[in-house]
Amino acid sequence: MTKALKINKNSEQGVLEVLKFLLEKGKVKGVFTLKKIGKDGAVAYSLITKSDELKDAVPFYPLMPVNAGKLLSRFTLRGSTTDPVIAVVRPCELRAFIELVKRDQGSLDNIFFISSTCGGVYPLKMAADKKIEENLSKYWDAVSKGEILTDLRSACKGCEEFIPYTSDMTVDLIAKNDIDKQCVILLNNEKAEKLVEDIKGGFLARELDKGKLDKFCGKREAEKKKLFNEIEAKVKGLDGFIDIFGKCIGCHGCSKVCPICYCKLCEFESPDSEYKPSNYETDLEKRGGLRVPPGITYFQIGRLDHVTISCVGCGACEDVCPVDIPLSSIYKKVGESVQKLFDYVPGKDVEEEIPLLTFEKEELSEFED
Amino acid sequence: MKIEGDSMKKDEESMPKILAFLCNWCSYAGADLAGTSRLKYPPSILPIRVMCSSRVDPLFIVKAYLGGIDGVLVAGCHPGDCHYEKGNYYTRRRFALLKKIFEELNIEPDRLLLSWISASEGTKYARVATEFTEKIRKLGENSVKHKIFL
Repeated sequence: MTKALKINKNSEQGVLEVLKFLLEKGKVKGVFTLKKIGKDGAVAYSLITKSDELKDAVPFYPLMPVNAGKLLSRFTLRGSTTDPVIAVVRPCELRAFIELVKRDQGSLDNIFFISSTCGGVYPLKMAADKKIEENLSKYWDAVSKGEILTDLRSACKGCEEFIPYTSDMTVDLIAKNDIDKQCVILLNNEKAEKLVEDIKGGFLARELDKGKLDKFCGKREAEKKKLFNEIEAKVKGLDGFIDIFGKCIGCHGCSKVCPICYCKLCEFESPDSEYKPSNYETDLEKRGGLRVPPGITYFQIGRLDHVTISCVGCGACEDVCPVDIPLSSIYKKVGESVQKLFDYVPGKDVEEEIPLLTFEKEELSEFED
Repeated sequence: MKIEGDSMKKDEESMPKILAFLCNWCSYAGADLAGTSRLKYPPSILPIRVMCSSRVDPLFIVKAYLGGIDGVLVAGCHPGDCHYEKGNYYTRRRFALLKKIFEELNIEPDRLLLSWISASEGTKYARVATEFTEKIRKLGENSVKHKIFL
């Protein structure tokens, strides 16, 4: 049994109370969480050091403006924070951050993590249309009942990794029917227990309700299968691939928002991969025609090769795609199969090596001649 | 003479183009040995010598495939014999990953081949070249050659 903290407030308020307590007692110097900005209903990740500023914080707002893993990486790239900071992030964001730390793009030192069993997020489009506020009660209703809303990000609808692996505290949200009255925070390690030891609130021994979560996972799995079947029907050979990516305008937005795509000098954006007049000539001579800008299929297959091994399936790529290419389904499907090849779950354990940086002496004989 | 010229031309048309990345220390020497031993194999292979098979960025393979090459062979020292000790182990993982992606996208994974050929295996080189050419022949020409909207 894990020790858990119980606060008799709704889940979001409960977490805010913990954050406030930690800031006021000086146990952490800063809080990294979603916060409402201005009057227009915009929500963005923010670093907060004054407890008054927590009043507009919305740690579980169903929106992922940017994958927080990417933000935390930028925040700790040049070294860890000098004082402890606590971050409230989603499971996929935490996993993305772990993957980045493995690539020396950030540091876990001095950061505590609060995460939750995650009900998914709405697409960014919905935030732009200012429709999230009116859907909030519907969202929390579905979360507490363990149901999947149809208007979530498609990556979220089919996500089976909704329980965080390495968070210090886990907030129990999914399929917990009293989340509007009671906040239960599992303290996953001694560090977490020590942080909140003298808070006002009840402590109890609690585990996540496996039965309920398994049932929820089953629903997600069914949803995932549906997405996979759709994509499988479309990706039939290179022709199918070209059909899907025919719409691509080459903005590289998917790679800009991808937490795993971290290279500062992207190969696909370097002058080296720019077509020179001679390249156009050779290609045109051979084919008699050429799409401009060229190299979109190369970019997409190349990105699949670079990213899928560590893809956490956050769906940010699909969400920013201006031409609605079903990227998250493709990445999830390809990702699942390559990750299975190496028996790897991205972001599960920071000690586990990225498969391409290690090897077994005897393996993969089916790929050799 | 005319007949011979025609058949040569015909042979050239049906001859697939296979790009082979051969590692300097084993496979390239193996190919050399096949030549000096006067072993016969089809003239389909376009060799590129690399210092180690792990020098082959998977994107080289993607680029070659999208450029219309009919097959890509990556050959290196046998596992455990790498001149740089472990280069070929990394190659194997990278290659497996790329091939898996080709499989998932249904884009002809059979056009890619990874093989271990040591410096003494001239016969193996000739065999791999012959068999792979045969396999590619059966698959036919890489249709990407004629695609415009890549």
